[in-house]
Amino acid sequence: MENETRIKEMESVVIRFSGDSGDGMQLVGNFFSNLSAELGNDLINFPDYPAEIRAPHGTLSGVSGFQIQIGGKKIFTPGDKADVLIAMNPAALKVNAQFLRSDSVVIIDTDSFQAPDLERALFTTDDPFKELGLSSVQVVPASITQMCKDALEGIADNKQALRSRNIFALGLVCWLFNRPLEIVERLLSEKFKKKPDVLKANLLVLQAGFNYGHNIHATVSTYRIETVPQQKGFYTDVSGNRATAFGLIAAAEKAGLTLFLGSYPITPATDIMQELTIHKELGVKVMQTEDEIAGICTAIGASFAGNLAATSTSGPGLALKSEAIGLAVIAELPLVIVDVQRAGPSTGMPTKSEQTDLYQALYGRNGESPIVVMAAVSPTDCFESAYMASKIALEHMTPVILLTDGYVANGSSAWRIPDLKEYPDIKPPYVSPKMKEGWTAYLRNLDTDVRYWAVPGTEGFAHRIGGLEKDYFKSVISIDPENHDKMVNVRRSKIEKIADYIPLQEVYGNKDADVLVVGWGGTYGHLSEAIEKIQKQGKKVAFTHFRYINPLPKNTEEIMRKYKKVIVIEQNLGQFAGYLRSKIGGFNPYQFNRVKGQPFLVHRLVEEIVKLIDE
Amino acid sequence: MTTQTIYQAKDYKSPQLVRWCPGCGDYGVLSSLHKAMAELGVAPHNIAVISGIGCSSRLPYYMNTYGFHTIHGRAAAIATGVKVANPKLSVWVATGDGDCLAIGGNHFIHAVRRNVDINILIMNNKIYGLTKGQYSPTSDRGFVSKSSPYGTVEDPFRPAELAIGARGTFFARMLDTDIKNSPEIIKAAALHKGASVIETLVNCVIFNDGIYNNITVKENRPDKTLFLRHGEKMIFGKDNNKGIVRDGFNLKAVTVGENGYTMEDVLVHDATTLDPSLHLKLALMDGKELPVALGVIRDVAAPAYDAEVEAQIEKVKAKNPVRTLREYLMSGDTWEVK
Repeated sequence: MENETRIKEMESVVIRFSGDSGDGMQLVGNFFSNLSAELGNDLINFPDYPAEIRAPHGTLSGVSGFQIQIGGKKIFTPGDKADVLIAMNPAALKVNAQFLRSDSVVIIDTDSFQAPDLERALFTTDDPFKELGLSSVQVVPASITQMCKDALEGIADNKQALRSRNIFALGLVCWLFNRPLEIVERLLSEKFKKKPDVLKANLLVLQAGFNYGHNIHATVSTYRIETVPQQKGFYTDVSGNRATAFGLIAAAEKAGLTLFLGSYPITPATDIMQELTIHKELGVKVMQTEDEIAGICTAIGASFAGNLAATSTSGPGLALKSEAIGLAVIAELPLVIVDVQRAGPSTGMPTKSEQTDLYQALYGRNGESPIVVMAAVSPTDCFESAYMASKIALEHMTPVILLTDGYVANGSSAWRIPDLKEYPDIKPPYVSPKMKEGWTAYLRNLDTDVRYWAVPGTEGFAHRIGGLEKDYFKSVISIDPENHDKMVNVRRSKIEKIADYIPLQEVYGNKDADVLVVGWGGTYGHLSEAIEKIQKQGKKVAFTHFRYINPLPKNTEEIMRKYKKVIVIEQNLGQFAGYLRSKIGGFNPYQFNRVKGQPFLVHRLVEEIVKLIDE
Repeated sequence: MTTQTIYQAKDYKSPQLVRWCPGCGDYGVLSSLHKAMAELGVAPHNIAVISGIGCSSRLPYYMNTYGFHTIHGRAAAIATGVKVANPKLSVWVATGDGDCLAIGGNHFIHAVRRNVDINILIMNNKIYGLTKGQYSPTSDRGFVSKSSPYGTVEDPFRPAELAIGARGTFFARMLDTDIKNSPEIIKAAALHKGASVIETLVNCVIFNDGIYNNITVKENRPDKTLFLRHGEKMIFGKDNNKGIVRDGFNLKAVTVGENGYTMEDVLVHDATTLDPSLHLKLALMDGKELPVALGVIRDVAAPAYDAEVEAQIEKVKAKNPVRTLREYLMSGDTWEVK
């Protein structure tokens, strides 16, 4: 029988697990992701949570998804359309129809595709595929619920059988992608080590799912995914939010400081706080405060007291923190503010991703209050960005806003475990005992305009700082007009001079092209993949992607002026494009903007960019 | 070689010119604070004074310690961060009725609830002074001010009620002009492990002059105030012959020797009892039928937040030998690419 199976060789494949929010789709998605990473695939995944915590069973609003793209080459995104969809109920099929190709494989649990199930998902006929215009997809019908019950007969009750449906589906998918079950079995054993009965049931069901796939294998294509050569080292799987947390921990370790996080739970940033609060063994101090304002205020207090201090939030929380950020600006204290952007305004769509907080980060404060703004470009880059944000905050005595987004924060990929020896030192500008004579709190290093840090407890440096304007020399309260002007300007130049300490902007692709594509932050993966596809079509295109936003890398203007056509692509109505216009006189780029709360679709990007090239 | 440095009140005074209005009650608080700190003997560089916004919040500038004049209402939150980051510091919050109980109400109750070891000095003058005379959340019902020309139609917060309602472990009350007793109260707050709240009844000479005269002027004070000391009888009055006794579930002021009351009937103050009922009753005595209670009303032992944070870290460290991020990551789910 083996040679009758059609083996489809693919460079990469996109799989989407989908079901009720209680069906355990995130769990099996993560298992499959870890398993594939361990087998040496590159991958990126993206959980797509429903807005409701537990919507009514089987309804459209309760559908929870987990998409993963795995491949033998470098993977940049979780993919646009699914090659394989696992739909545990009709609602999952309906919600995900938009992510299917005409030849996608759809695995369904026929036991949950009965008349009442179809009705709950608002189907009006008894053929959901026809109703959705999906007549050409390859359906793999499996009586998953019944097979789970059969596999567990006499071993576990029906309740457990229903709970194991996701594991059956995972077994089936493992068969489909030639994944040996040993790794999943190990992952299951770890997950359920304290529940031997559940473990036993799940192991049986996993095997049953795999066997079922084997038994019907003549009817569907089987994919094989090759492994990629990677940089040597130890790897683990990491999400953007966890990587952010690790970046902060790494910076504190390198600087020899305690890490303090003051935070308030907010989707999609909460995981940062939850990761950090685990690490008491590393001395991390986390306060879950009474509100967003207290989150940043406790962090400012901790910074004043000499910790590496951070706060994590999303757009609405950043708005609440604005006044306190202004305090950190005028008090010139190091602080890292992580904003995991989500769709706004107001509460917006908390579980969906956007790049719409850029203006808020740059300008959302009273007075002239310049601040460093950075944006992480991928889940693993959250580590690098959080590390560099901390380094800049500590060495330049300034608050830094690090923008990530829901997509980058929840997405995850394989990550080479960092060796901190490879990372630059972090050396805050502490006062030294020989400075005691004549020192005042706002005396600066004239090369960097950075003031010195005298941490409470240091003898001979007791001082008062605060939100009131201070005298440039004496550091006492001052309302002198000339002095204020001088202070406003020195706070600006302090931030501008940071451009000397960040890398120059790089251009990828065909540097001699006419068209330059510009992106920033979390869209890096989608833009990279689009650029690669355009180049495969034999067209020339250059690409630059920003991580440092304020200050901009020093060669930004030079790059922007070099190309005939520049297109700025972002998930907002043109905030970065507007910012570039304000920084570069007469510069007027093209724009491509989508604000749907969903990641870009690569093929749409390709169309849009090619149109500009061919124009 | 270690020598105990002896500090004097002047060691805590900053060179900055004090700019409160002449006659402002805040001067008294500042002076008592300088004196208390010298008596406590904590080195100025190990003290951090945090404030919000308002007249009272200028106080850090007048202390020769580390100081941080922050933003309106947030001092308690910022001070909490300071203390958790470095529990060795002696941390003080200088605040007023508006800063602490209006815009900063949330941070105040949560700092008190957490029992973080900071000392909150509320200078309560029942008015917004810095913005020139609007009513505050402690202004009495009907109070006429620039923002309540026909009188307020709302009831005030009573700081003690709020602090005790937030499960406060230390509450004391003092008078701005009582330079004799105030340092003692401030020292008790400093020694208390946990959030200490001191309400100072402060006179605003410009916008709310004389609101506390009924209890503070010399001829009224003995009969209108009761200075509480732990373990001592609740005795007051010009002739020290009045006392507080229990009357059913209520308190009553009596004259010893009259109506059959003897010294035996007069209650003994216990600041350390966990049950806050009597403390609250004492704290709410308002100078009408019963004298206003001054001194340390409540001083109860309970775990302090900052100490618990440290203890939890030490406990985890004792069990978990991982000390670097890499060690942690390597101990998890990993694979090697060779």
